[in-house]
Amino acid sequence: MIYCFLHIFCTVLIIVFFGAMLSFIERRLLGLFQNRYGPNRVGWFGSLQLIADMIKMLFKEDWIPTFSRSLLFVVAPIIAFISLLLVMVDIPWDNNTYIIDLNIGILFFLIMSALSVYSILFAGWSSNNKYALLGAIRAIAQTLSYEVFLGLSIMGVIIKAHSFNLIDIVNSQQYIWNIIPQFFGFMTFLVAGLALCHRHPFDQPESEQELADGYHIEYSGMKFGMFFIGQYLSMMVTSAIITIMFLGGWFGPWLPGYIWFLLKNIVCIVFFILLRAALPRPRYDQILYFGWIICLPITLLNLIFTAFFVLLH
Amino acid sequence: MYIKSIIFGIITQLRSIFITLKHAFQDRETILYPENSIYLAPRYRGRIVLTKDPDGNNRCVACNLCSVVCPVSCISLQKTQDQSGRWFPKFFKINFSRCIFCGLCEEACPTTAIQLTPDFELSDFNRQDLVYNKKNLSISGTGKYHNYNFYQQSGVFITKRKKNNIHATPINIKDLLP
Repeated sequence: MIYCFLHIFCTVLIIVFFGAMLSFIERRLLGLFQNRYGPNRVGWFGSLQLIADMIKMLFKEDWIPTFSRSLLFVVAPIIAFISLLLVMVDIPWDNNTYIIDLNIGILFFLIMSALSVYSILFAGWSSNNKYALLGAIRAIAQTLSYEVFLGLSIMGVIIKAHSFNLIDIVNSQQYIWNIIPQFFGFMTFLVAGLALCHRHPFDQPESEQELADGYHIEYSGMKFGMFFIGQYLSMMVTSAIITIMFLGGWFGPWLPGYIWFLLKNIVCIVFFILLRAALPRPRYDQILYFGWIICLPITLLNLIFTAFFVLLH
Repeated sequence: MYIKSIIFGIITQLRSIFITLKHAFQDRETILYPENSIYLAPRYRGRIVLTKDPDGNNRCVACNLCSVVCPVSCISLQKTQDQSGRWFPKFFKINFSRCIFCGLCEEACPTTAIQLTPDFELSDFNRQDLVYNKKNLSISGTGKYHNYNFYQQSGVFITKRKKNNIHATPINIKDLLP
């Protein structure tokens, strides 16, 4: 019992540590893509930057505004942090390396990604600040409209695998990765996943020029840190789901499975960071237009054709 | 037409992603400053100094022009004079926490006493330490103008007034020619 608890605690700690470490890695990679250095002063090549950031965050004043709804104000970053961290539970690293083998695997991811909307809603509303509310409205409109085809784009994969179970889904890609037969599903899931974790170019809440900082404008200290790390955790989860659904999970020659899984994950995360370095932020209405007019029909067509070919066989 | 613009947009996005990826394999343009020193042009405007003329006397005649022209009024000085009647500053302070290094004081100085040097490493822990007085500002050399001696070029001799100085003929101020 105690061993089990310690095991889970250590796993969570490691995941959170890597989520926080990702902020340092992202800054270094952005520096690489933009012909400059990232943080390289603290420690060996800046590797202690994370600790410096942590000290800074812990010693900042953790202020709850007097005009805010304090309960929801406190709950919001916790939801943002927990919701996608829980998805890590049912991600299989290998045929035998997983915490829990859920039959509803991918549905659990969808449920939790839908719940993460509440963190934005609560944060934006309880801050009692116009910028925060506007940022939250934009972020929620974006997330809701992209969640429609976040679910639909992976339906093709599920039809092919005949299962919601993540392990079954990976096993169904033994001969060909889903990225080739489900290419349009992959593209739309990539876009929707980016929009889900509010990464660039879909960082509507963080549009500094118009909205100061969007829904987390009133947050400081560790509460802001939870939003911050939560974003990186959702990035890790999204890349893991992309790896499982489309990139063949742990399948690959020579190396053991979990190494392949990790490598594909890292490629996904680096690609996300590359997108941040490369693409500008589209306008708010352009994002919604792109989602409803282009991505949704593509996913529906993809779903219809996948079902058609599965019925033919 | 509609489909064409979509495909064209996708291709341009992929191209910009690829170009950004290529930047990862290029040299970095940032200069790591404290390790690598920076080349500064000789006319770079940094720390202000008070220079001496070739004979080793102070050039500053406490005319207050630098203090007047200073846009942020960070220069303060007071005039005093010695036995022979020559002016010199009693104190001369520059507040470097306000200085914007515009170089107007150098332009205004008739004796090229005040000069801006390429030294820019002025950071300090205390704001009070950035107020430099005459002792901190003075250097023993002539700065940028090695041979310029104000009293040889123009102006007045203090002890016995010279009748015919260099500008004996009055200057035509309306003439554009140099």
